[in-house]
Amino acid sequence: MPAKVAAFTYYLPETTYTNADFANDFPETKLQTLQKIGVEKRHITPKGQTSSDLAFAAAEKLFTENSIPRSEIDFLIYCSFDYDHYTPATAGILQHRLGLSTRCGAFDMGLGCSAYVYGIATAVSLLETLQLRNVLLLTASSLTHKIHAKDRGNRFLFGDAASATLISFSEKKQTGPFTFGTDGSGAGQIMVPHGGMRTPLNETSFEESTDEFGNVTTPASFYMDGFGIFRFTVATVPGMIEETLQKAGITRNDIDLFVFHQPNVFLNELLRKKLMIPEEKFVHCMKDFGNTVQATIPIALTEALKEGRLKPGMKVLLAGFGVGLSWACGIIDYE
Amino acid sequence: MPSVQELITKIEHEIEELPQGVLQPDTSFRQLPEWSSMHALIIIALAETEYNVTLSGNDLRSCNTVNDLHQIIESRKG
Repeated sequence: MPAKVAAFTYYLPETTYTNADFANDFPETKLQTLQKIGVEKRHITPKGQTSSDLAFAAAEKLFTENSIPRSEIDFLIYCSFDYDHYTPATAGILQHRLGLSTRCGAFDMGLGCSAYVYGIATAVSLLETLQLRNVLLLTASSLTHKIHAKDRGNRFLFGDAASATLISFSEKKQTGPFTFGTDGSGAGQIMVPHGGMRTPLNETSFEESTDEFGNVTTPASFYMDGFGIFRFTVATVPGMIEETLQKAGITRNDIDLFVFHQPNVFLNELLRKKLMIPEEKFVHCMKDFGNTVQATIPIALTEALKEGRLKPGMKVLLAGFGVGLSWACGIIDYE
Repeated sequence: MPSVQELITKIEHEIEELPQGVLQPDTSFRQLPEWSSMHALIIIALAETEYNVTLSGNDLRSCNTVNDLHQIIESRKG
């Protein structure tokens, strides 16, 4: 489709949580074991700040770095689990805060690890169908707020962040094709069970349970079946990538850079080997961020660009997979 | 057919902090003081990549010793 991913950036909250902080909180854990996860530092959204604040800061950064006129944004998509209020949509609040036109469309998208690829695909469809010029895609995660203080595994893995991406009409560049997948039978594999309409918070919501490895959680906190997700990923991601390449009529060798969601380095390294992708074509970007859910791919793109690994003219494959269960893959021609 | 010893060598290779010789065929690996969810994940990944065998968390929970693990992998290889 005639569209390009024109610009992207990210924003991190100032508060950090390093492996030294982690070692203080969990002195019984051997950090050496966790090195394969590939995280050394995460940023944490402090109390009083919201995911939409992070998204706002990321968007401001994007406008400043790229001198994009705000009046030319036709659509705003906000992807997050975190909304300012039960209603109205946070995207509308952001439209006003960012000083975007009142002729700008805006809506929220509640996906997680697959959100960024979904967001780009949706933006491209809007550009084409409505003949728009620019879509602003914002993603933000403050998942650490939902992780129990004694949930060792997840506190090591996750960090908070936001991203801003501009997707624009282009006569020269192509974005796509995309493939998507959903398996709601795995909804419980990554979940905050209580606090939504199905099970409102009640007297059992804060009852602690401890798994065989000593990780503590409650029904009101984030839960992830790490082993189940591992199996899902290994079983699903290679097929999704092959399907996308087939749709595009190209092979793996035609892709210059593979940028996946970053759940942990160990898992992505296994996927890389399974797909026989050479190291120089694969981006790992976890060390200073952790798993930032909706923000991992745009952070990895930004860092790859800074490091000179992402260059104009490259064909880039993006893959998001996780909570839902939901997965999406797409190919972009980077300008 | 890979022997238990081969499996032990592979596990020792993947879990660098595990001193060689600690793991024996009858070692109850989940009782090792260092045992963690990361180690469980490493073993599940090892079964997947080296033997093309998919193990679940429950499979691993049903194993006590390296021998048990070896048997599950052998039975799934088909």
